[in-house]
Amino acid sequence: MSRISLSSFRRSQNARRLAAWIIGALVLAVMTGPSGTTTTPTAGFTGSLLHPRVLGYLAFGVVMWALSTARVRSRDRVHSATRGVQELREKLLGDNRVRYGAYLILLVAAILVPTALNSFWQEVLVDQIGVFVLLAVGLNVVVGYAGLLDLGYIAFYAIGAYSAAYWTGALPVHPILHLNPFYVIPLAILAAVAAGVILGVPTLRLRGDYLAIVTLGFGEIISIVATNLSSVTGGAQGIIGIPHFSVHLSSFHYQWGLSNLPYYYLLLGFVVIVLVAFRSLENSRVGRALAAIREDEVAAEASGVGVLKYKVMAFAIGASTSGFAGLLFASKISFVAPGDFTVQLSILILVLVTFGGMGSLPGAVLGAAVLQWAPEYLRNHPILGFQQQDLYIYLGALLVVMMIFRPSGIWPSRRRRRELALAEEGVGTADAMSGSSDPAAGPG
Amino acid sequence: MSAPTTVADAIVSVEDVHLRFGGVVSLAGVSLTQERGEILSVIGPNGAGKTSLFNCLTGVYHPQMGKIIFRPSPDDEVSIIGRKPHRVNQVGIARTFQTSRLFNALTAFENVKIGVESRQHTGPIGAMLHLPRTVREEKDSDARTVELLDFVGLRRRGDEIASGLPYGDQRRLEIARALGTGPKLLLLDEPAAGTNPSEKLALEQLIRRVNRELGVSVLLIEHDMRLVMSVADRVTVLNFGRVIASGTPGEVQRDPAVVEAYLGRVDTEEPGGEG
Amino acid sequence: MCIIHPFWSLLVSGLSDGFLYALIALGYTLVYGVLQLINFAHSEVFMSGGFAGYFILNRTIGSHTPHGLDSIFMVVLGTVGGAVFGGLIAYVLERAAYRPLRRRNAPRIAFLISAIGASYFLYNLAGKEFGRDAVSIKAPFNLDGSAFRLFGAEVQTYQVVVAVAAIVMLVGLDRMVAVTRLGKGIRAVAQDADTASLMGVNIDRVISQTFVIGGLLGGAAGFLFGLNYGVVYSMGFTPGLKAFTAAVLGGIGNIRGAVVGGLVLGLVENFGSACIQTSWRDVIAFGILVAVLIIRPTGLLGERLGRSA
Repeated sequence: MSRISLSSFRRSQNARRLAAWIIGALVLAVMTGPSGTTTTPTAGFTGSLLHPRVLGYLAFGVVMWALSTARVRSRDRVHSATRGVQELREKLLGDNRVRYGAYLILLVAAILVPTALNSFWQEVLVDQIGVFVLLAVGLNVVVGYAGLLDLGYIAFYAIGAYSAAYWTGALPVHPILHLNPFYVIPLAILAAVAAGVILGVPTLRLRGDYLAIVTLGFGEIISIVATNLSSVTGGAQGIIGIPHFSVHLSSFHYQWGLSNLPYYYLLLGFVVIVLVAFRSLENSRVGRALAAIREDEVAAEASGVGVLKYKVMAFAIGASTSGFAGLLFASKISFVAPGDFTVQLSILILVLVTFGGMGSLPGAVLGAAVLQWAPEYLRNHPILGFQQQDLYIYLGALLVVMMIFRPSGIWPSRRRRRELALAEEGVGTADAMSGSSDPAAGPG
Repeated sequence: MSAPTTVADAIVSVEDVHLRFGGVVSLAGVSLTQERGEILSVIGPNGAGKTSLFNCLTGVYHPQMGKIIFRPSPDDEVSIIGRKPHRVNQVGIARTFQTSRLFNALTAFENVKIGVESRQHTGPIGAMLHLPRTVREEKDSDARTVELLDFVGLRRRGDEIASGLPYGDQRRLEIARALGTGPKLLLLDEPAAGTNPSEKLALEQLIRRVNRELGVSVLLIEHDMRLVMSVADRVTVLNFGRVIASGTPGEVQRDPAVVEAYLGRVDTEEPGGEG
Repeated sequence: MCIIHPFWSLLVSGLSDGFLYALIALGYTLVYGVLQLINFAHSEVFMSGGFAGYFILNRTIGSHTPHGLDSIFMVVLGTVGGAVFGGLIAYVLERAAYRPLRRRNAPRIAFLISAIGASYFLYNLAGKEFGRDAVSIKAPFNLDGSAFRLFGAEVQTYQVVVAVAAIVMLVGLDRMVAVTRLGKGIRAVAQDADTASLMGVNIDRVISQTFVIGGLLGGAAGFLFGLNYGVVYSMGFTPGLKAFTAAVLGGIGNIRGAVVGGLVLGLVENFGSACIQTSWRDVIAFGILVAVLIIRPTGLLGERLGRSA
C-alpha cells in the first residue's frame, strides 16, 4: 500500500469519526435541550439546535474527535497505560489481605456514612440505591452468570411485593394466618423462587432472543392480570395499608417505622449476606457449571452438566433477591400497585447490570449505585441538570454506547472480559444465546 | 461382510438405527457392537454418517428407528435413545468433538474440573453455605483433576487459559475433561485431526493408556489410517449411512468393498472377486 | 355464542387489524432473516411513521375533510410519508446501533441489549419532543364512513383503505424479493452470510436495505394505525410486541409466514375478545406469544431463514 493511499484512508476514517462525533454532539444537544409538546412539537428541536448553545455542543464534539484521533495515533501508549492500571488493579485485588482490607473499609463506611446524611439522601439510599443494588445483583446472576436475558425480571419483584400484601392480610383475599412482614421474608423468597422455576422450566430451553421476548410477554401478562383481577390483587389502584416490619422475639423487639435508616440497615445486612453467598457461588461447582454453559452449551451438556437444570437454578436464585426487594419496599411504603411493575423497570435493572459489568458482582453493585445516585445528584445541577422524565433517554443511549465501546462494563469480571475478547476474535460465543444443540460441525 | 457379530460382553450395541433429516438420510440401518474393553474404530469417507452415529450414541440426535443399548457393567443395561446428552454422560458415555469444544475462557484446570464435578452433588445451598460436604467434594475434585491433567501430560499447564494452549494440547485437554466424567465408554471424534506427526504419536500412546490403564472402552472416529491400524482392535467401516465392513484392521484393509468406497470402483476384472 | 352474531364484522375487523400486524411483522421477520436479531426498536420505527404522517397531513389538509381524488391523494401522501420516515429511522438505527457491533464481532447478547437500548432511547426521546399526549391525524377521508356491507356487517372505509394499502405493499414486497437483485441478495444473506459475501454480495448494503424495507412497511403501518387510533410516543410498544408475535407465529424469517401470522393473530384477537372483557384483550396476543414460543417456536409455516416462501 503506497503512502498516499494509506494516509487518505486514514483521513476518511478520521472524517467518518468526525461526522460521528458531530452527529453525536447534536443528538446530545437535543437530548439535553428543551422539550416539545403536542402543540409545539418542533420546539424541542429548534430550541436545542437553533440556539447558541448548540455551538458549545459542536465544540465539545470536535474536541472529543481531536482527542480520539490523538488516541488512535498513540494507541499503543494508551493501551500500555490502561493495561498498567489493569495489572495494578489485578495485583492489588489478587492479594487477599488487600481485598479483605478493602471490604472491611467499605463495610465500615457503609455502616457509618449514612448516619451523616440528611433525610433526603437517606431515603435515596434506601429507595433508589439499596433496593436497586439488590435487584441488580439478582439480575446479574441471570444475565451475567448464566447469560440469559430476562426482560420480565420485575415480575419477581412484584411477587415479593404482593406476597407482603397477601400474608399481612392487606389483599382482598386473606391468608390462613396473618403475619408480620418480617416473617414473610422466607415466604416471599419461596414464592419468587417458585415463580422462577415455573417460568423457567418451559422457557429456558429457548434460544436467547426468544427467551427475552417470552419473558417480556410473561411480564406483560402478569401486569395485565394484576391490573384486572381486582378481586384478588386489588386492581389498578393497588393495595394500601401493608404494615411495616417488626420483630418480636423473647427479649428483642424492634419496629420499623417511617424512618429510613432502619430499612437501610436491614437492606445492608441482606446485601452483605447475598454478596458473600453469591461470591461463594461463583467459585463453586454451580458457578463453574454456569460458566461452562455460557462458554459452550453443547460441550457442557456432553460433560455431564444438566444445562436446563442450571439455567432454571440461576433464574430462581435471581428471582429470590428480587422477591425480597419487593417485599421490603412494599412494606416500607405500605403500598403496592401494578403500575409500579413496568417493563421500563426491568430494562432499568438491565442497564444497571450492563453498565456495571455483566457477571461481575462488584460491577453490579457499583453500576447500580452509580447509575441510581447520579440522577439524584445531577438533577438540579446548573450545567448537567435534567428533567426526571428525560432520564430514560440517557439510559437507552447509555446501553447502546456501552455495547459499542465497553460491553464488559465499568468493573468487569476478568473471565467476562476474556470471553468477550475471545468472542470478538471468533472463538466461542460469550453468551448462552445460541441454544441450539448442533455439534455436527463438518462431515460425518 | 457386515453381519453383526455376536460379541460375548458387548458394552454397547447399536441395532438397525435409522436417522433422517427431512429428506436426507444420514444413517440407513446401522448395526454394530463393541466389546467391553476394546478399541473400536469407525472409519469411512466424508459424509458416511460417522459423526451422526456419535450424536445418536450420545443422545444429541434421536434416530427414527432402531435401538442403542449401553451396558455400563455386564449386568446393567440402559437404552440410550431418548435420553438427553447429560444423562447419557452420567450413565457412562463421554465424548470429544471433531473441532475441539473447550471452555475457551476458562483455564485447563477448570475445564477438567467441570467434567469431574459433574459427578458430584453440591448444589447452590451447599455452595453458598460452604457445607462440609461441599468442602470435601472440592478437595476431592481438585485432586482428581490434577491426576487427570497429569495423566494426559498437562500438569504444568493447568493454569493456562484453554484457548491459549497449543492445538495438540487442546485435544488432550478435551480428552482429560471427558475422562473426568468417569466414563466406561469414550467416544473420540477425529482426535488426531489437524495435529502434527509427533502429536499423533503422543495421542496414539494416550489412547492406548486410556484403554489399558483406565480400562475405558474407546470408540474412535478417525481418518488417519496409520493411527487406526496401530491402535484399533477392530474396525467398522461406514459408507452412505450403512456398515459395509467390519473386522480386524487387516481384514478391513483388504476388503474390496472398503477399497471401492474410498477409491471408487476400479474398472478392471478382479481375480476371484466377491464384489 | 358470543362470536356468532357479529361473525362477519369480527372477520372484517380481524382482517383489518391483521393487515396492520402483517406490515409491522415483516419488519421483524426481514431483519431477523438477515441478522438473526430481534430488532426491538422496530416498534419505534412504526411510531415514527405515525408521527410523520401526522405532521404531513396536518400541514396539508385544510379545515374540510377531503373526498374523492383528494382523499386518495392524501392517503397516499400520508402512507408514503410515513413509510419514508420509517425507512429513514430504520436506516439510522442500523448504522448507529447495529453496524458497529457487527464490525467488532460482538456476541449476540450485545446486539439484543443494543436493540433494547435504542428502542428505549427513541421511545423516550419521542415523548420528550412530541409531548406525552395522544394526537389525532387530520382525517383524509370520513373515518367513520362505511364503504359497503358484507353479509350484513358494515365494512368501514378505513378498513378498506388499510386492506388495499397493505395488499399493494405486500404484493410489491413479494415480487421484489422474488425477482430483483436486492431480493436475491436478501435471501442469500439470510441463508449464509459468509458464502454470500464470498460470492460478491455486499453484505453491508443488503443489511442496510433490508432494514430500510422493513422500516418502509413499518412506517406506513404506523400512519395507517395512527389514522384510526391516534398518534402518541408510546404507540409502538404493544403493536410491536403483537406484531412480533405474528412474525413468530408465522415462522420467523419467513415472509409469507409474517403475513399469515399477522392475519391469524388479527382474527384470533378479534374473535377472542368478543367473548371477554376488553381490558383482557391484550392477554390474548401475549398468551399466543408465550404459547407459540414454548410449544412450536418454528411457527405455523416453519422457520425459513433464507427462503421467502
